[in-house]
Amino acid sequence: MNNSALITITDLVKRFPMGKREFTALSNINLTFNGGEFAGIIGPSGSGKTTLLNIIGSLDVPTEGKAVVLDNSVGNLNTRQSADLRNQYLGFIFQTYNLLAVYTVFENVELPLLLLKMAASERRKLVNQSLEWVGLTDKVNSRPAQLSGGECQRVSIARAMVKEPKIVLADEPTANLDAKNSHHILQTMEKLNADLGTTFIFATHDEKVIQYLKRKISLEDGQVVADEVKG
Amino acid sequence: MLALKLAYRNLMGAKLRTWLNMIVLSMAFLVIIWNKGLLNGWDQQARRDTIDWEIGGGVYWQENYDPYDPYTIEDSHGRMSDVTLKAVEDGKLTPILIAQASIYPEGRVQSVSMRGIDPAQALLDLPANKLTGDNSSVPAMIGQRAARNFKLNVGDYVTVRWRDVNGTFDAKEMQIVHIFKTNVSTIDARVVWVPLADLQEMMQMPTETTLLVTSQEAGFQGSIPGWIFKDHYFLLTEIREMIEMKSVSGQVMFLILMSLAMLAIFDTQVLSIFRRQKEIGTHIALGMTQRQVVALFTIEGAMHAVLAAILAALYGFPLLYLQAKSGWSMPEGTDDFGMTIADIVYPSYSLGLVVGTTLIVLITTTIVSYLPARRISKMNPTDAIRGKIQ
Repeated sequence: MNNSALITITDLVKRFPMGKREFTALSNINLTFNGGEFAGIIGPSGSGKTTLLNIIGSLDVPTEGKAVVLDNSVGNLNTRQSADLRNQYLGFIFQTYNLLAVYTVFENVELPLLLLKMAASERRKLVNQSLEWVGLTDKVNSRPAQLSGGECQRVSIARAMVKEPKIVLADEPTANLDAKNSHHILQTMEKLNADLGTTFIFATHDEKVIQYLKRKISLEDGQVVADEVKG
Repeated sequence: MLALKLAYRNLMGAKLRTWLNMIVLSMAFLVIIWNKGLLNGWDQQARRDTIDWEIGGGVYWQENYDPYDPYTIEDSHGRMSDVTLKAVEDGKLTPILIAQASIYPEGRVQSVSMRGIDPAQALLDLPANKLTGDNSSVPAMIGQRAARNFKLNVGDYVTVRWRDVNGTFDAKEMQIVHIFKTNVSTIDARVVWVPLADLQEMMQMPTETTLLVTSQEAGFQGSIPGWIFKDHYFLLTEIREMIEMKSVSGQVMFLILMSLAMLAIFDTQVLSIFRRQKEIGTHIALGMTQRQVVALFTIEGAMHAVLAAILAALYGFPLLYLQAKSGWSMPEGTDDFGMTIADIVYPSYSLGLVVGTTLIVLITTTIVSYLPARRISKMNPTDAIRGKIQ
């Protein structure tokens, strides 16, 4: 594990308006994530896992406190800067895969590289490599509708990993998968973490995922109640 | 460039929806171009026919002449000077003397405009050379409309009654020696053509004329005292105004067609933005700004117009080409409304028309695509990723 801090969260509070009142989703969060971690934010539904992940992914901003991701204070970034941060350094894996239905597997995985304005030959090389990592080289021309749930999530991992980001944020990646597929994709991510040193942060309450985590941060009612590192 | 590429991918991926929009829009394209082409063709034919048959390179009007006031006809004549006569002899001018008269076909009295023209003239397409006959009667020719109205045929004799320059009524027999067909109704309906010399003699106006038509090629230039030159712009005013009026009705059709096509695009865009929220959120998560996603959806909508133009070109160009070759038959009797219109109108499509129409459709489609796409910029990305209806 690389001990330099990639993410530093200090006194973070997130509130959402709910009618005339406010709902506090996260309260007084202080966390640090180092390079190469395989960590998970765990807790029941409504505990604030996804909200915290969204702030780390600069898709949302803190109401109070600071979240510094790769030396960028998320609350101070303009839309262009936060888009650049996501584009260059972050990868996302979603519970419902979020693959573009009209694109082929190749085109879905290629999309982040297109946004990076990479040359076609380079794109092809990286997409093929990424699909090799997840074992889907035989499905390049398939469309998401032709794939199983497990395969879709593997495409989603390939898309997140294709640009070799510093951090991958996975929000309930196994929620829609059976046990066999869940283990398969978790093993794939574990291997990528080990081989490439990519930091993985999960938001999950799935026991199958939790057993793979090297660090477990437990959230309850928007507060960190435990932060354990596996022996 | 990236937005173009992604928009193209999205459109091609949407298959049937894209095709339906493209087909509707391409049909709108074609009908707009065809309609405008038909009006252009009519305009061009009407101008050409009027120039060839009636006004040549422009007309000198005797200063009292007013075609809309029949009471001016009596005084609308003047003697041609030697210079004018020389120009007539050289084929640069052709004189037309106009007189009011009455004819009595089958005993019915009909008011006509009797016009004298030189049978040797070659300046107008009017077949004046047919105005020959025996000396027992005045040879006369009429157009098909007049022949139909007066129930006259070639070889028929008809009495003509007129007032000469001194106001004395006189009458004579005239024989219809030729019936001509023209698209220019103003030289046909209620007009009887006779040899200029005969009319000058009948009116007791030797070397006098009402109009002097100039040649299109080497027309007479300069002023003629007592005559006022009327150029094409003035003489073709009626045609121009009629085409403009027809263009307005064409614009209404254009608006209806465009509205239908734009409704389809707008509907698709609204539906896309509603149904593709996850996709919008995913684009943002992958590193696009909301503004870029708005641009992507706008380009995607606008690209319908580009693809429709290509589709329209593929099936439309052969159709329009065939139509331009074979022409469009006008309903019978259309030319009786006083319009210069051919039996078959050949549409005329200019590059300007095609490019102009394409640009208008493209700009309108872009605006219609942009309006619903603006909603994306107000979306919460975290909700969009989860496909929460916003």
